[in-house]
Amino acid sequence: MSEPFFEYLLRLGDDRLVLGHRLSEWCGHGPTLEEDIALTNIALDLVGEANLVLQRAGQIEGAGRDQDALAYLRTDREYRNALMVELPKGDFGYSIVRQFLFSTYAMHQWEALSACADTDLAGIAAKALKQSRYHVRHSAEWLVRLGGGTDESHGRAEDALNDLWRYTGELFATDAVEQALVKQKLAVDSSSLEAVWRRDVADVVARATLTLPPDGYMQRGGRAGGHTEHLGLMLAEMQVLPRTYPGAKW
Amino acid sequence: MTPASVVAPAEDPKRLADFEARIARGETIEPKDWMPERYRRQLIRMMSQHAHSEVVGMLPEGNWITRAPSLRRKMSLMAKVQDEAGHGLYIYCGTETLGVDRHDLILQLLAGTAKYSSIFNYPTISWADMGAIGWLVDGAAIVNQTMLAKASYGPYARAMVRICKEENFHKRQGFEIMTVLSGGTPEQHAMAQDSLNRWWWPSLMMFGPHDADSPNSGELSRWGIKRKSNDELRQRFVNMTVAQAKAINLTIPDEGMRFNEATANWEFSAINWDDFWRVVKGDGPCNRERLAARRKAHDDGAWVREAAAAHAAKQTESTEAAA
Repeated sequence: MSEPFFEYLLRLGDDRLVLGHRLSEWCGHGPTLEEDIALTNIALDLVGEANLVLQRAGQIEGAGRDQDALAYLRTDREYRNALMVELPKGDFGYSIVRQFLFSTYAMHQWEALSACADTDLAGIAAKALKQSRYHVRHSAEWLVRLGGGTDESHGRAEDALNDLWRYTGELFATDAVEQALVKQKLAVDSSSLEAVWRRDVADVVARATLTLPPDGYMQRGGRAGGHTEHLGLMLAEMQVLPRTYPGAKW
Repeated sequence: MTPASVVAPAEDPKRLADFEARIARGETIEPKDWMPERYRRQLIRMMSQHAHSEVVGMLPEGNWITRAPSLRRKMSLMAKVQDEAGHGLYIYCGTETLGVDRHDLILQLLAGTAKYSSIFNYPTISWADMGAIGWLVDGAAIVNQTMLAKASYGPYARAMVRICKEENFHKRQGFEIMTVLSGGTPEQHAMAQDSLNRWWWPSLMMFGPHDADSPNSGELSRWGIKRKSNDELRQRFVNMTVAQAKAINLTIPDEGMRFNEATANWEFSAINWDDFWRVVKGDGPCNRERLAARRKAHDDGAWVREAAAAHAAKQTESTEAAA
Protein backbone atom coordinates (compact mmCIF):
# COMPACT_ATOMS: atom_id res chain seq x y z
CA MET A 1 0.00 0.00 0.00
CA SER A 2 1.21 3.53 -0.76
CA GLU A 3 2.24 5.97 1.90
CA PRO A 4 -0.75 6.58 4.23
CA PHE A 5 -0.54 10.38 4.15
CA PHE A 6 -0.48 10.35 0.34
CA GLU A 7 -3.50 8.06 0.40
CA TYR A 8 -5.28 10.36 2.83
CA LEU A 9 -4.59 13.44 0.70
CA LEU A 10 -6.02 11.65 -2.33
CA ARG A 11 -9.24 11.08 -0.41
CA LEU A 12 -9.49 14.75 0.49
CA GLY A 13 -8.52 15.96 -2.98
CA ASP A 14 -10.63 13.50 -4.95
CA ASP A 15 -13.79 14.28 -2.95
CA ARG A 16 -13.45 17.92 -3.92
CA LEU A 17 -12.34 17.43 -7.51
CA VAL A 18 -15.16 15.03 -8.32
CA LEU A 19 -17.84 17.10 -6.60
CA GLY A 20 -16.48 20.31 -8.12
CA HIS A 21 -16.64 18.68 -11.53
CA ARG A 22 -20.22 17.52 -11.00
CA LEU A 23 -21.24 20.96 -9.81
CA SER A 24 -19.54 22.63 -12.78
CA GLU A 25 -21.96 20.73 -15.02
CA TRP A 26 -24.57 23.27 -13.88
CA CYS A 27 -22.63 26.17 -15.36
CA GLY A 28 -24.87 27.79 -17.97
CA HIS A 29 -27.85 25.64 -16.97
CA GLY A 30 -28.85 26.89 -13.52
CA PRO A 31 -32.44 27.80 -12.54
CA THR A 32 -31.59 31.52 -12.36
CA LEU A 33 -28.60 33.56 -13.43
CA GLU A 34 -27.80 34.36 -9.79
CA GLU A 35 -27.81 30.68 -8.87
CA ASP A 36 -25.77 29.77 -11.92
CA ILE A 37 -23.10 32.13 -10.60
CA ALA A 38 -23.37 30.79 -7.04
CA LEU A 39 -23.08 27.12 -8.05
CA THR A 40 -20.10 27.86 -10.28
CA ASN A 41 -18.53 29.74 -7.40
CA ILE A 42 -18.78 26.69 -5.18
CA ALA A 43 -17.47 24.47 -8.00
CA LEU A 44 -14.51 26.81 -8.39
CA ASP A 45 -13.77 26.71 -4.67
CA LEU A 46 -13.86 22.92 -4.66
CA VAL A 47 -11.63 22.47 -7.70
CA GLY A 48 -9.29 25.07 -6.22
CA GLU A 49 -9.10 23.10 -2.97
CA ALA A 50 -8.50 19.88 -4.95
CA ASN A 51 -5.72 21.58 -6.88
CA LEU A 52 -3.87 22.46 -3.67
CA VAL A 53 -4.49 19.15 -1.92
CA LEU A 54 -3.43 17.07 -4.93
CA GLN A 55 -0.35 19.23 -5.36
CA ARG A 56 0.57 18.42 -1.75
CA ALA A 57 -0.19 14.73 -2.43
CA GLY A 58 2.24 14.78 -5.34
CA GLN A 59 4.93 16.30 -3.11
CA ILE A 60 4.37 13.69 -0.41
CA GLU A 61 4.45 10.86 -2.94
CA GLY A 62 7.74 12.17 -4.34
CA ALA A 63 7.38 10.31 -7.63
CA GLY A 64 7.30 13.38 -9.85
CA ARG A 65 3.52 13.48 -10.26
CA ASP A 66 1.93 16.92 -9.99
CA GLN A 67 -1.74 17.68 -9.37
CA ASP A 68 -2.60 17.36 -13.06
CA ALA A 69 -0.92 13.97 -13.38
CA LEU A 70 -2.92 12.83 -10.36
CA ALA A 71 -6.19 14.28 -11.62
CA TYR A 72 -5.90 13.34 -15.28
CA LEU A 73 -3.86 10.17 -15.38
CA ARG A 74 -5.35 7.96 -12.68
CA THR A 75 -8.09 5.44 -13.47
CA ASP A 76 -11.34 5.27 -11.52
CA ARG A 77 -9.86 2.35 -9.54
CA GLU A 78 -7.15 4.72 -8.30
CA TYR A 79 -9.59 7.45 -7.31
CA ARG A 80 -10.29 7.64 -3.58
CA ASN A 81 -13.41 9.84 -3.34
CA ALA A 82 -16.51 8.84 -1.43
CA LEU A 83 -19.28 7.49 -3.67
CA MET A 84 -21.69 10.31 -2.86
CA VAL A 85 -19.77 12.96 -4.78
CA GLU A 86 -19.51 11.03 -8.06
CA LEU A 87 -23.25 10.46 -8.54
CA PRO A 88 -24.72 12.38 -11.49
CA LYS A 89 -25.87 15.89 -10.61
CA GLY A 90 -29.58 15.06 -10.73
CA ASP A 91 -32.08 17.90 -10.44
CA PHE A 92 -31.36 21.11 -8.57
CA GLY A 93 -32.81 19.66 -5.36
CA TYR A 94 -30.51 16.66 -5.58
CA SER A 95 -27.45 18.81 -6.15
CA ILE A 96 -28.39 21.07 -3.24
CA VAL A 97 -29.06 18.22 -0.80
CA ARG A 98 -25.77 16.57 -1.73
CA GLN A 99 -23.92 19.86 -1.39
CA PHE A 100 -25.41 20.45 2.02
CA LEU A 101 -24.63 16.93 3.28
CA PHE A 102 -21.07 17.04 1.92
CA SER A 103 -20.22 20.62 2.82
CA THR A 104 -21.39 20.16 6.40
CA TYR A 105 -19.02 17.20 6.63
CA ALA A 106 -16.23 19.10 4.86
CA MET A 107 -16.61 22.11 7.15
CA HIS A 108 -16.04 20.05 10.29
CA GLN A 109 -13.25 18.12 8.59
CA TRP A 110 -11.41 21.32 7.59
CA GLU A 111 -11.92 22.78 11.04
CA ALA A 112 -10.17 19.80 12.60
CA LEU A 113 -7.48 19.75 9.91
CA SER A 114 -6.58 23.39 10.43
CA ALA A 115 -4.61 22.06 13.43
CA CYS A 116 -2.93 19.40 11.27
CA ALA A 117 0.76 18.63 11.94
CA ASP A 118 1.46 19.08 8.22
CA THR A 119 1.60 22.86 7.99
CA ASP A 120 0.82 22.83 4.25
CA LEU A 121 -2.40 20.94 4.78
CA ALA A 122 -3.20 23.04 7.85
CA GLY A 123 -2.88 26.17 5.70
CA ILE A 124 -5.13 24.76 2.98
CA ALA A 125 -7.65 23.73 5.65
CA ALA A 126 -7.77 27.18 7.23
CA LYS A 127 -8.59 28.77 3.88
CA ALA A 128 -11.00 26.05 2.80
CA LEU A 129 -12.84 26.22 6.14
CA LYS A 130 -14.01 29.74 5.34
CA GLN A 131 -15.18 28.66 1.91
CA SER A 132 -16.99 25.60 3.20
CA ARG A 133 -18.87 27.69 5.78
CA TYR A 134 -20.27 29.67 2.89
CA HIS A 135 -21.10 26.45 0.99
CA VAL A 136 -23.01 25.16 4.01
CA ARG A 137 -24.88 28.42 4.42
CA HIS A 138 -25.81 28.64 0.76
CA SER A 139 -26.99 25.04 0.45
CA ALA A 140 -28.79 25.10 3.81
CA GLU A 141 -30.70 28.24 2.83
CA TRP A 142 -31.80 26.56 -0.39
CA LEU A 143 -32.76 23.39 1.44
CA VAL A 144 -35.00 25.41 3.74
CA ARG A 145 -36.52 27.21 0.74
CA LEU A 146 -37.15 23.98 -1.14
CA GLY A 147 -38.53 22.17 1.88
CA GLY A 148 -40.81 25.06 2.78
CA GLY A 149 -41.61 26.16 -0.78
CA THR A 150 -44.20 24.26 -2.82
CA ASP A 151 -45.45 20.68 -2.54
CA GLU A 152 -43.33 19.83 -5.55
CA SER A 153 -40.11 21.30 -4.16
CA HIS A 154 -40.77 19.70 -0.78
CA GLY A 155 -41.24 16.32 -2.46
CA ARG A 156 -38.15 16.66 -4.60
CA ALA A 157 -35.99 17.65 -1.63
CA GLU A 158 -37.34 14.76 0.43
CA ASP A 159 -36.66 12.31 -2.44
CA ALA A 160 -33.10 13.57 -2.81
CA LEU A 161 -32.50 13.23 0.92
CA ASN A 162 -33.84 9.67 0.88
CA ASP A 163 -31.75 8.73 -2.18
CA LEU A 164 -28.53 10.21 -0.86
CA TRP A 165 -28.77 9.06 2.73
CA ARG A 166 -27.29 5.61 2.05
CA TYR A 167 -24.07 7.30 0.85
CA THR A 168 -23.53 9.31 4.03
CA GLY A 169 -22.15 6.44 6.14
CA GLU A 170 -18.99 6.24 4.03
CA LEU A 171 -18.02 9.78 4.99
CA PHE A 172 -17.58 8.74 8.63
CA ALA A 173 -15.95 5.35 8.13
CA THR A 174 -12.42 5.20 9.47
CA ASP A 175 -9.74 2.63 8.70
CA ALA A 176 -6.11 1.69 9.38
CA VAL A 177 -4.76 4.34 6.96
CA GLU A 178 -6.55 7.08 8.81
CA GLN A 179 -5.94 5.74 12.31
CA ALA A 180 -2.18 5.59 11.76
CA LEU A 181 -2.25 9.26 10.75
CA VAL A 182 -4.56 10.37 13.56
CA LYS A 183 -1.88 9.40 16.06
CA GLN A 184 0.60 11.64 14.25
CA LYS A 185 -1.94 14.48 14.10
CA LEU A 186 -1.89 14.30 10.29
CA ALA A 187 -5.53 13.28 9.87
CA VAL A 188 -8.85 13.68 11.61
CA ASP A 189 -10.69 10.56 12.75
CA SER A 190 -13.69 10.61 10.37
CA SER A 191 -15.91 8.80 12.86
CA SER A 192 -15.42 11.69 15.30
CA LEU A 193 -17.18 14.06 12.87
CA GLU A 194 -20.42 12.16 12.72
CA ALA A 195 -22.10 13.50 15.85
CA VAL A 196 -21.61 17.19 15.00
CA TRP A 197 -22.57 16.54 11.38
CA ARG A 198 -25.75 14.79 12.49
CA ARG A 199 -26.64 17.66 14.83
CA ASP A 200 -26.20 20.26 12.06
CA VAL A 201 -28.02 18.20 9.45
CA ALA A 202 -30.92 17.44 11.78
CA ASP A 203 -31.28 21.11 12.60
CA VAL A 204 -31.50 22.27 8.97
CA VAL A 205 -33.67 19.32 7.90
CA ALA A 206 -36.11 20.25 10.67
CA ARG A 207 -36.12 23.91 9.58
CA ALA A 208 -36.79 22.69 6.04
CA THR A 209 -39.81 20.74 7.41
CA LEU A 210 -38.28 17.57 5.96
CA THR A 211 -37.84 14.19 7.63
CA LEU A 212 -34.47 12.56 8.30
CA PRO A 213 -34.38 9.16 6.60
CA PRO A 214 -33.85 6.06 8.75
CA ASP A 215 -30.28 4.70 8.78
CA GLY A 216 -30.43 1.66 6.52
CA TYR A 217 -27.57 -0.10 4.78
CA MET A 218 -24.75 2.28 3.92
CA GLN A 219 -23.03 1.99 0.53
CA ARG A 220 -19.26 2.29 0.52
CA GLY A 221 -16.15 1.39 -1.44
CA GLY A 222 -14.86 4.67 -2.88
CA ARG A 223 -12.02 5.07 -0.38
CA ALA A 224 -10.58 1.77 -1.65
CA GLY A 225 -11.19 2.48 -5.34
CA GLY A 226 -14.48 0.58 -5.69
CA HIS A 227 -16.78 3.06 -7.42
CA THR A 228 -20.23 3.31 -8.97
CA GLU A 229 -20.72 3.03 -12.73
CA HIS A 230 -20.73 6.81 -12.96
CA LEU A 231 -17.14 7.69 -12.10
CA GLY A 232 -15.56 5.92 -15.09
CA LEU A 233 -17.77 7.87 -17.48
CA MET A 234 -17.07 11.12 -15.70
CA LEU A 235 -13.31 10.57 -15.88
CA ALA A 236 -13.48 9.49 -19.53
CA GLU A 237 -14.86 12.93 -20.30
CA MET A 238 -12.65 14.84 -17.91
CA GLN A 239 -9.41 13.14 -18.96
CA VAL A 240 -9.98 13.00 -22.71
CA LEU A 241 -7.36 15.56 -23.78
CA PRO A 242 -4.39 14.48 -21.65
CA ARG A 243 -5.17 10.83 -22.52
CA THR A 244 -5.47 11.52 -26.25
CA TYR A 245 -2.30 13.59 -26.48
CA PRO A 246 0.19 11.98 -24.06
CA GLY A 247 2.92 14.33 -22.93
CA ALA A 248 1.35 17.48 -24.40
CA LYS A 249 1.36 20.62 -22.26
CA TRP A 250 -1.75 22.78 -22.13
CA MET B 1 -36.19 49.05 -42.49
CA THR B 2 -37.07 49.81 -38.90
CA PRO B 3 -37.68 46.91 -36.51
CA ALA B 4 -41.24 46.89 -35.17
CA SER B 5 -39.96 46.95 -31.57
CA VAL B 6 -38.52 50.43 -31.95
CA VAL B 7 -41.37 52.14 -33.80
CA ALA B 8 -42.56 54.98 -31.57
CA PRO B 9 -44.84 58.00 -31.67
CA ALA B 10 -43.52 61.38 -32.83
CA GLU B 11 -41.90 63.46 -30.08
CA ASP B 12 -42.40 67.09 -29.05
CA PRO B 13 -39.89 68.86 -31.36
CA LYS B 14 -38.70 71.26 -28.62
CA ARG B 15 -37.89 68.51 -26.15
CA LEU B 16 -36.25 66.47 -28.87
CA ALA B 17 -34.08 69.42 -29.89
CA ASP B 18 -33.03 70.00 -26.27
CA PHE B 19 -32.22 66.32 -25.89
CA GLU B 20 -30.14 66.26 -29.05
CA ALA B 21 -28.33 69.40 -27.92
CA ARG B 22 -27.39 67.65 -24.69
CA ILE B 23 -26.00 64.70 -26.66
CA ALA B 24 -24.10 67.10 -28.91
CA ARG B 25 -22.54 68.71 -25.82
CA GLY B 26 -21.36 65.26 -24.75
CA GLU B 27 -23.64 65.07 -21.71
CA THR B 28 -24.60 61.72 -20.25
CA ILE B 29 -28.27 60.74 -20.19
CA GLU B 30 -29.39 59.21 -16.90
CA PRO B 31 -32.47 57.01 -16.19
CA LYS B 32 -34.64 59.82 -14.80
CA ASP B 33 -33.88 62.26 -17.62
CA TRP B 34 -36.35 62.82 -20.40
CA MET B 35 -35.49 60.84 -23.52
CA PRO B 36 -37.23 60.22 -26.84
CA GLU B 37 -39.20 57.02 -26.86
CA ARG B 38 -37.15 55.72 -29.80
CA TYR B 39 -33.91 56.36 -27.92
CA ARG B 40 -35.28 54.34 -25.03
CA ARG B 41 -36.43 51.52 -27.31
CA GLN B 42 -33.18 51.40 -29.27
CA LEU B 43 -31.29 51.13 -25.98
CA ILE B 44 -33.56 48.40 -24.69
CA ARG B 45 -33.02 46.53 -27.94
CA MET B 46 -29.24 46.91 -27.87
CA MET B 47 -28.74 46.34 -24.17
CA SER B 48 -31.02 43.32 -23.99
CA GLN B 49 -29.36 41.81 -27.07
CA HIS B 50 -26.06 42.37 -25.34
CA ALA B 51 -27.27 40.73 -22.12
CA HIS B 52 -28.74 37.79 -24.05
CA SER B 53 -25.42 37.39 -25.87
CA GLU B 54 -23.57 37.12 -22.57
CA VAL B 55 -25.97 34.45 -21.34
CA VAL B 56 -26.12 32.42 -24.56
CA GLY B 57 -22.35 32.90 -24.83
CA MET B 58 -21.95 30.84 -21.66
CA LEU B 59 -22.98 27.73 -23.60
CA PRO B 60 -20.24 27.25 -26.22
CA GLU B 61 -17.53 27.71 -23.59
CA GLY B 62 -19.42 25.89 -20.88
CA ASN B 63 -19.25 22.96 -23.30
CA TRP B 64 -15.52 22.53 -22.46
CA ILE B 65 -15.52 23.02 -18.68
CA THR B 66 -15.82 19.28 -18.09
CA ARG B 67 -13.00 18.59 -20.58
CA ALA B 68 -10.53 21.35 -19.75
CA PRO B 69 -7.10 19.70 -19.95
CA SER B 70 -5.61 20.86 -16.62
CA LEU B 71 -6.95 21.98 -13.27
CA ARG B 72 -5.69 25.51 -13.88
CA ARG B 73 -7.48 25.66 -17.24
CA LYS B 74 -10.62 24.20 -15.71
CA MET B 75 -10.68 26.89 -13.02
CA SER B 76 -10.00 29.77 -15.38
CA LEU B 77 -12.67 28.58 -17.82
CA MET B 78 -15.24 28.28 -15.03
CA ALA B 79 -14.32 31.74 -13.80
CA LYS B 80 -14.65 33.12 -17.32
CA VAL B 81 -18.08 31.63 -17.95
CA GLN B 82 -19.12 32.86 -14.52
CA ASP B 83 -17.96 36.37 -15.48
CA GLU B 84 -20.22 36.17 -18.53
CA ALA B 85 -23.18 35.31 -16.33
CA GLY B 86 -22.25 38.31 -14.20
CA HIS B 87 -22.10 40.57 -17.26
CA GLY B 88 -25.49 39.31 -18.38
CA LEU B 89 -26.96 40.03 -14.97
CA TYR B 90 -25.35 43.46 -14.84
CA ILE B 91 -26.62 44.49 -18.28
CA TYR B 92 -30.12 43.11 -17.60
CA CYS B 93 -30.17 45.30 -14.48
CA GLY B 94 -28.99 48.24 -16.59
CA THR B 95 -31.81 47.57 -19.04
CA GLU B 96 -34.31 47.61 -16.19
CA THR B 97 -33.43 51.30 -15.60
CA LEU B 98 -35.26 51.91 -18.89
CA GLY B 99 -38.50 50.58 -17.46
CA VAL B 100 -38.53 46.98 -18.66
CA ASP B 101 -38.56 43.81 -16.63
CA ARG B 102 -35.73 41.30 -16.90
CA HIS B 103 -38.21 38.44 -16.86
CA ASP B 104 -39.98 39.79 -19.97
CA LEU B 105 -36.68 40.17 -21.79
CA ILE B 106 -35.74 36.58 -21.00
CA LEU B 107 -39.11 35.39 -22.27
CA GLN B 108 -38.40 37.22 -25.55
CA LEU B 109 -35.08 35.39 -25.84
CA LEU B 110 -36.71 32.03 -25.15
CA ALA B 111 -39.51 32.74 -27.62
CA GLY B 112 -36.89 33.41 -30.28
CA THR B 113 -38.07 36.99 -30.87
CA ALA B 114 -34.99 38.68 -29.38
CA LYS B 115 -31.59 38.52 -31.04
CA TYR B 116 -28.22 37.70 -29.55
CA SER B 117 -24.77 37.72 -31.11
CA SER B 118 -24.66 35.20 -33.94
CA ILE B 119 -21.11 34.21 -33.07
CA PHE B 120 -22.48 31.90 -30.39
CA ASN B 121 -24.33 29.87 -32.99
CA TYR B 122 -21.08 28.26 -34.08
CA PRO B 123 -19.96 25.02 -32.43
CA THR B 124 -16.96 24.65 -30.11
CA ILE B 125 -15.46 21.41 -31.37
CA SER B 126 -11.95 21.57 -29.97
CA TRP B 127 -10.12 22.84 -26.92
CA ALA B 128 -8.41 25.44 -29.13
CA ASP B 129 -11.83 27.07 -29.55
CA MET B 130 -11.51 28.20 -25.91
CA GLY B 131 -8.41 30.06 -27.02
CA ALA B 132 -9.89 31.42 -30.24
CA ILE B 133 -13.05 32.65 -28.53
CA GLY B 134 -11.08 34.52 -25.89
CA TRP B 135 -8.63 35.96 -28.37
CA LEU B 136 -10.92 36.77 -31.31
CA VAL B 137 -14.48 36.89 -30.01
CA ASP B 138 -13.69 38.69 -26.77
CA GLY B 139 -11.12 40.72 -28.68
CA ALA B 140 -13.77 41.88 -31.15
CA ALA B 141 -16.21 42.50 -28.29
CA ILE B 142 -13.65 44.73 -26.58
CA VAL B 143 -13.23 46.88 -29.69
CA ASN B 144 -16.99 47.30 -29.83
CA GLN B 145 -17.46 47.81 -26.09
CA THR B 146 -14.62 50.29 -25.74
CA MET B 147 -16.67 52.42 -28.11
CA LEU B 148 -19.88 51.72 -26.18
CA ALA B 149 -18.16 52.79 -22.94
CA LYS B 150 -18.51 56.30 -24.34
CA ALA B 151 -22.20 55.80 -25.15
CA SER B 152 -24.57 58.62 -24.20
CA TYR B 153 -26.65 56.50 -21.80
CA GLY B 154 -24.89 56.51 -18.41
CA PRO B 155 -25.85 53.07 -17.06
CA TYR B 156 -24.82 51.36 -20.31
CA ALA B 157 -21.55 53.28 -20.59
CA ARG B 158 -20.63 52.48 -16.98
CA ALA B 159 -21.47 48.80 -17.44
CA MET B 160 -19.19 48.72 -20.48
CA VAL B 161 -16.26 50.24 -18.58
CA ARG B 162 -16.47 47.53 -15.98
CA ILE B 163 -17.12 44.72 -18.43
CA CYS B 164 -14.25 45.76 -20.70
CA LYS B 165 -11.79 45.29 -17.86
CA GLU B 166 -12.85 41.68 -17.44
CA GLU B 167 -13.01 41.08 -21.19
CA ASN B 168 -9.43 42.26 -21.51
CA PHE B 169 -8.44 39.63 -19.01
CA HIS B 170 -10.41 36.99 -20.96
CA LYS B 171 -8.75 38.05 -24.18
CA ARG B 172 -5.26 37.67 -22.68
CA GLN B 173 -6.25 34.28 -21.32
CA GLY B 174 -7.53 33.16 -24.74
CA PHE B 175 -4.42 34.42 -26.49
CA GLU B 176 -2.28 32.57 -23.98
CA ILE B 177 -4.18 29.31 -24.68
CA MET B 178 -3.53 29.83 -28.40
CA THR B 179 0.13 30.65 -27.77
CA VAL B 180 0.67 27.44 -25.81
CA LEU B 181 -1.13 25.33 -28.42
CA SER B 182 0.61 26.91 -31.37
CA GLY B 183 4.00 26.29 -29.76
CA GLY B 184 3.06 22.79 -28.59
CA THR B 185 3.08 19.46 -30.42
CA PRO B 186 2.27 19.38 -34.18
CA GLU B 187 -1.23 18.15 -33.32
CA GLN B 188 -1.74 21.06 -30.93
CA HIS B 189 -0.48 23.55 -33.51
CA ALA B 190 -2.90 22.11 -36.08
CA MET B 191 -5.71 22.36 -33.51
CA ALA B 192 -4.96 26.06 -33.01
CA GLN B 193 -4.75 26.79 -36.75
CA ASP B 194 -7.99 24.90 -37.43
CA SER B 195 -9.70 26.90 -34.74
CA LEU B 196 -8.45 30.23 -36.15
CA ASN B 197 -9.66 29.11 -39.59
CA ARG B 198 -13.15 28.47 -38.27
CA TRP B 199 -13.50 31.55 -36.03
CA TRP B 200 -11.82 34.21 -38.16
CA TRP B 201 -14.66 35.12 -40.52
CA PRO B 202 -17.45 34.83 -37.95
CA SER B 203 -15.39 37.18 -35.72
CA LEU B 204 -15.24 39.79 -38.49
CA MET B 205 -19.00 39.43 -38.91
CA MET B 206 -19.48 40.27 -35.23
CA PHE B 207 -19.17 43.97 -36.08
CA GLY B 208 -22.35 43.70 -38.10
CA PRO B 209 -23.16 44.49 -41.72
CA HIS B 210 -21.42 47.12 -43.82
CA ASP B 211 -22.39 50.63 -42.76
CA ALA B 212 -24.57 50.99 -45.85
CA ASP B 213 -26.57 47.88 -44.89
CA SER B 214 -26.88 48.54 -41.15
CA PRO B 215 -30.52 49.50 -40.47
CA ASN B 216 -30.08 51.05 -37.02
CA SER B 217 -26.72 52.74 -37.41
CA GLY B 218 -27.78 56.26 -38.47
CA GLU B 219 -29.99 56.99 -35.51
CA LEU B 220 -27.71 55.24 -33.04
CA SER B 221 -24.83 57.38 -34.11
CA ARG B 222 -26.84 60.63 -34.05
CA TRP B 223 -27.85 59.91 -30.46
CA GLY B 224 -24.35 59.06 -29.36
CA ILE B 225 -25.08 55.42 -28.65
CA LYS B 226 -22.69 54.23 -31.36
CA ARG B 227 -19.71 56.48 -31.88
CA LYS B 228 -17.91 54.50 -34.60
CA SER B 229 -19.26 52.66 -37.61
CA ASN B 230 -19.25 48.89 -38.01
CA ASP B 231 -16.66 49.06 -40.77
CA GLU B 232 -14.32 51.35 -38.80
CA LEU B 233 -14.41 49.02 -35.79
CA ARG B 234 -13.92 45.94 -37.95
CA GLN B 235 -10.84 47.49 -39.56
CA ARG B 236 -9.41 48.41 -36.18
CA PHE B 237 -9.84 44.81 -35.02
CA VAL B 238 -8.20 43.37 -38.15
CA ASN B 239 -5.24 45.71 -37.87
CA MET B 240 -4.66 44.63 -34.27
CA THR B 241 -5.11 40.93 -34.86
CA VAL B 242 -2.86 40.40 -37.88
CA ALA B 243 0.27 41.15 -35.86
CA GLN B 244 -0.93 38.99 -32.98
CA ALA B 245 -1.46 35.97 -35.26
CA LYS B 246 1.99 36.44 -36.73
CA ALA B 247 3.54 36.62 -33.26
CA ILE B 248 2.23 33.17 -32.39
CA ASN B 249 2.98 31.64 -35.77
CA LEU B 250 -0.61 31.22 -36.98
CA THR B 251 -1.93 32.14 -40.41
CA ILE B 252 -5.05 34.22 -40.93
CA PRO B 253 -7.21 32.29 -43.41
CA ASP B 254 -7.40 35.03 -46.03
CA GLU B 255 -5.01 34.72 -48.95
CA GLY B 256 -6.18 38.03 -50.31
CA MET B 257 -5.13 40.02 -47.27
CA ARG B 258 -2.79 42.92 -48.15
CA PHE B 259 -1.23 45.78 -46.24
CA ASN B 260 -2.10 49.16 -47.71
CA GLU B 261 0.87 51.47 -47.06
CA ALA B 262 -1.12 54.60 -47.78
CA THR B 263 -3.92 53.93 -45.27
CA ALA B 264 -1.85 51.69 -42.94
CA ASN B 265 -4.74 49.24 -42.99
CA TRP B 266 -4.69 45.49 -43.52
CA GLU B 267 -7.20 45.10 -46.33
CA PHE B 268 -9.12 41.85 -46.25
CA SER B 269 -11.19 39.86 -48.73
CA ALA B 270 -14.94 40.20 -49.11
CA ILE B 271 -16.99 38.83 -46.22
CA ASN B 272 -19.57 36.19 -47.10
CA TRP B 273 -22.67 38.10 -46.01
CA ASP B 274 -24.99 35.37 -47.22
CA ASP B 275 -23.48 33.19 -44.53
CA PHE B 276 -23.91 35.97 -41.96
CA TRP B 277 -27.61 36.49 -42.74
CA ARG B 278 -28.24 32.76 -42.85
CA VAL B 279 -26.94 32.39 -39.30
CA VAL B 280 -28.72 35.55 -38.08
CA LYS B 281 -31.98 34.22 -39.49
CA GLY B 282 -31.72 30.96 -37.58
CA ASP B 283 -29.94 28.48 -39.82
CA GLY B 284 -26.51 28.56 -38.19
CA PRO B 285 -25.00 25.29 -36.98
CA CYS B 286 -26.16 25.73 -33.38
CA ASN B 287 -29.04 28.24 -33.30
CA ARG B 288 -31.54 25.56 -32.35
CA GLU B 289 -29.26 23.91 -29.82
CA ARG B 290 -28.46 27.18 -28.04
CA LEU B 291 -32.08 28.19 -27.66
CA ALA B 292 -33.08 24.66 -26.72
CA ALA B 293 -30.43 24.66 -23.96
CA ARG B 294 -31.67 28.02 -22.60
CA ARG B 295 -35.29 26.84 -22.69
CA LYS B 296 -34.41 23.61 -20.96
CA ALA B 297 -32.57 25.44 -18.18
CA HIS B 298 -35.53 27.79 -17.81
CA ASP B 299 -38.13 25.00 -17.78
CA ASP B 300 -36.09 22.74 -15.49
CA GLY B 301 -35.63 25.66 -13.11
CA ALA B 302 -39.31 26.63 -13.02
CA TRP B 303 -40.10 24.56 -9.92
CA VAL B 304 -37.06 26.03 -8.15
CA ARG B 305 -38.10 29.62 -8.84
CA GLU B 306 -41.68 28.81 -7.79
CA ALA B 307 -40.39 27.27 -4.57
CA ALA B 308 -38.25 30.32 -3.80
CA ALA B 309 -41.19 32.65 -4.45
CA ALA B 310 -43.59 30.52 -2.36
CA HIS B 311 -41.13 30.35 0.52
CA ALA B 312 -40.49 34.09 0.42
CA ALA B 313 -44.25 34.75 0.44
CA LYS B 314 -44.70 32.49 3.48
CA GLN B 315 -41.87 34.29 5.28
CA THR B 316 -43.49 37.66 4.59
CA GLU B 317 -46.85 36.36 5.86
CA SER B 318 -45.38 35.03 9.08
CA THR B 319 -43.42 38.25 9.68
CA GLU B 320 -46.59 40.29 9.17
CA ALA B 321 -48.57 37.96 11.42
CA ALA B 322 -45.97 38.39 14.17
CA ALA B 323 -45.95 42.19 13.83
